[in-house]
Amino acid sequence: MHEVTLDHLKREGRIVVVGASLAGLRAAETIRDKGFTGSLTMIGDEPYEPYDRPPLSKGVLLGKSTAERTALPRRRAIDAEWRLGTAATGLDMAARRVRLADGDEVPYDRLLIATGVRARPWPNAAEGELDGVFVLRTRDDGAALARRLDAGPRRVLVIGAGFTGSEIASACRERGVQVTVAERGDAPLVGALGGVIGAVAAELQRENGVDLRTGVMVTALEGDSTGRVRAAHLSDGTTLECDVVVVSLGAQRNTEWLAGSGLGAGPRGIACDAGCRAFDIRGIVTDDIYVAGDVARSPHPLFGYQFLSLEHWGNAVSQAETAAHNMLSVSTDRRPHIWVPAFWSSQFGVNIKSVGVPSMGSEIMIAQGSLAERRFTGVYGYQGRVIGAVTFDNARWLQFYQQQIETTAPFPVPFPTVDRRPDGHRPVPADFPDPSVPTHGPTITLSGYSPADRRMTFTPAGH
Amino acid sequence: MTHGILSDILDYANRANPYPLYEELRRTPVFHDGSGPYVISTYYEIQGLLHDPRLSSDARNLAATAGDPLAGEAEEEAALPPSFLKLDPPEHDRLRRMTNRPFGPPHSPRRVDGMRDDLRAIVTGLIDNLGDPGRIDLVDQFAYPFPVTMICRLLGVPREDEPRFHVWADTLAASLDPDPDADPAERQRKTHDSRMELGMYLAGLIEERRKHPGDDMLSQLAAGHGQDESMSTMELLSTAALLLIAGHETTVNLITNGMLTLLRNPDVLERLRREPELAAPLVEELLRFEPPVQLLPQRTPLVDIEVGGVTIPKGSSMWLILASGNRDPKRFENPDRFDPDRRDVQHLGLGSGIHSCFGAPLARLEAQLALTELARRLHNPRLLEDPPPYRQNAVLRGPRHLRIACDEVRSA
Ligand SMILES: Cc1cc2nc3c(=O)[nH]c(=O)nc-3n(C[C@H](O)[C@H](O)[C@H](O)COP(=O)(O)OP(=O)(O)OC[C@H]3O[C@@H](n4cnc5c(N)ncnc54)[C@H](O)[C@@H]3O)c2cc1C
Repeated sequence: MHEVTLDHLKREGRIVVVGASLAGLRAAETIRDKGFTGSLTMIGDEPYEPYDRPPLSKGVLLGKSTAERTALPRRRAIDAEWRLGTAATGLDMAARRVRLADGDEVPYDRLLIATGVRARPWPNAAEGELDGVFVLRTRDDGAALARRLDAGPRRVLVIGAGFTGSEIASACRERGVQVTVAERGDAPLVGALGGVIGAVAAELQRENGVDLRTGVMVTALEGDSTGRVRAAHLSDGTTLECDVVVVSLGAQRNTEWLAGSGLGAGPRGIACDAGCRAFDIRGIVTDDIYVAGDVARSPHPLFGYQFLSLEHWGNAVSQAETAAHNMLSVSTDRRPHIWVPAFWSSQFGVNIKSVGVPSMGSEIMIAQGSLAERRFTGVYGYQGRVIGAVTFDNARWLQFYQQQIETTAPFPVPFPTVDRRPDGHRPVPADFPDPSVPTHGPTITLSGYSPADRRMTFTPAGH
Repeated sequence: MTHGILSDILDYANRANPYPLYEELRRTPVFHDGSGPYVISTYYEIQGLLHDPRLSSDARNLAATAGDPLAGEAEEEAALPPSFLKLDPPEHDRLRRMTNRPFGPPHSPRRVDGMRDDLRAIVTGLIDNLGDPGRIDLVDQFAYPFPVTMICRLLGVPREDEPRFHVWADTLAASLDPDPDADPAERQRKTHDSRMELGMYLAGLIEERRKHPGDDMLSQLAAGHGQDESMSTMELLSTAALLLIAGHETTVNLITNGMLTLLRNPDVLERLRREPELAAPLVEELLRFEPPVQLLPQRTPLVDIEVGGVTIPKGSSMWLILASGNRDPKRFENPDRFDPDRRDVQHLGLGSGIHSCFGAPLARLEAQLALTELARRLHNPRLLEDPPPYRQNAVLRGPRHLRIACDEVRSA
């Protein structure tokens, strides 16, 4: 394969995007915006044109919108060849070709991988296949779950109280459906926001009528003779009758199709440099393969060059734009993806937003508002600097704290603010779960010494 | 009193075109001449400060020595407790939240949109009655009566009381527009009387609405929601007064500045006539290009803060010149060009942060409807004087009269 010049690439090159969702679409639009007139192929394993996922756990479950109406707005025409409903199954880096499930091969000069993540399934496959057991990641998942909620189930069990699980519980309550949330940690959202905020989230759930059970695991799901789920067994010895179960145990990265390709892709995503260029398995950066969105893992200078994997909508958009820009630029014009992580959620009538990396924080102080009123800004500190912030119904202040993070401002926050309450003057431990105790994340271990027998072992979520 | 550029900004002689002064100011993003307010004129600095929790909107945090030539105006509100515009959280949040309940989402998502027909009817009626097309004063005959009528509807002021209401509103508006030739003591007395009369009138109306609630905002505010979420009568009065004043003072200028800008850009006016869907982006660009609120004179830091390399001491008076930020070339390409096709138009015209304009959805809709209808119905309109005579006020800036002529007022 001869290397094409940038000009030639822009005029008549071939760009292939694998993963036709948020990151894929925004990248494609940027690629055309940059004046790319060559051929653009969008490969997606779902049969739908790009759609938006956040509404799936919000408006769609509430019946305010339908899963079919979540199509992403187009910023511009992209004039692409769409290969929808066709999974990419392999990559030949040397020949620069992507293999498809239907046997086709698509050649590329530049490849963007934006295959995202999928819901972590219930570990016991037979139980997971019981009628009434759901996950929520895709449009089909959203439509199916919404239909089941429409039918008026007696009790829904949500397994896992992260953001998605909590939003599902919120939607159930808003519809008047009985819901139990089972969470292995001590509180909802505790992995992302720590125990101090988790306690507020727990109170919020209970006040809204959620039967919240923390510190427990669901050990088994039980079906009736017709194959419908009827009960769940919990680690505290109790049995819970339920006719809908939503498994909300986080996500797995869609990288299996890259196995054996030589690309540095694994269960934790695809590592790339700050310019979105993927690493190969030797840790050497590629020139023609870019990564963006949930599947990417990239180093962030602001956070000690830690490789961050972010499952954030805004990150997917921004990283896609950066990747698209860089794949059409000479090296000196490339830009780093230094987006400050930001996330939002809405549940139980509260608007939650965060910036930075709260989970790196060891301490938190309530810089504005009050936990009791559930309107506040919590600021996370790490080694004497501001590292993250979260707001509950207080989002208009967030921009300021983002700047504090960007400028590595000192922590504890030394200055007075409007709405600083007496209990907000001192930081307290943010109370994140001990990282050495597994929650629902998988474990990866390395073994062996010589390069040839060095192995990585992947142990799925600790059941 | 300040000298140099600040007094130039306040000087009536520069009212018609303050933009060259702002351009000069932007060379010193944080301007301070030793005694007066700290003046911030660049986009990013203003934007940052509007989200800065170290900044207070509460005049009680202002140092006695702050020396603000605009500070006198604040005292005129003293007859009532400060409205949420001049409060910090948590009081601000509580009052604004309660006021929002009958006005916007999530509780009343359709309030503003539901007023569309009413708004259109008022606009149509006013245009029908413009009279002699050869001499129209667009301020007195249109831009002024429109929002006052609207705010009366919104609050639930009975139609038969509207004339009384107009008189108070006019007097109070005049108080925000100090006329250097008028006797200040006399003006202050009239303002105070109007405020008292308006306050008493509103208090009576609130009593009435508590007994016989209607669908209007006052009824809903008076009803309250639960124990911790209801307003005291005094809070209700200052909120109602705020809605009344802010609710039309700014819209008058938005509409008038809008028509003036369109008459100076006849191609855009012609486009609006043919493409009414241009109204929305056009009003956004207008809010950038000629914002009705030129500057926010009521912010003070709770602690010494550093902005653009300058330390602003705690308790200082600060002016955030929104209109200047809106023309900052570091933020907007070709900022002095009026371009309704501008795609990236995150202006400061309605402020930003927790104090961002409460009535924005209504103001936008009013201006969109008004300008579209004027464009559609005035045949061959032209300015009779350019620049028009401006109001004295440097903060709420806009023409006092906008004399225009047209060949014909087309029928609706
Ligand atoms: C229910 C829900 C609620 C959410 N709410 C929020 C929120 O409130 N705020 C927020 O910031 N974020 C939220 N998110 C996260 C946000 O949606 C994601 O960050 C975003 O979708 C990431 O976009 P992406 O394009 O990287 O990945 P995805 O959207 O996951 O898209 C990847 C696409 O690639 C496809 N694909 C995978 N493998 C292959 C293959 N081999 N060949 C072809 N195609 C393949 C997938 O099927 C998928 O269509 C939510 C997500 C979900 C599921």
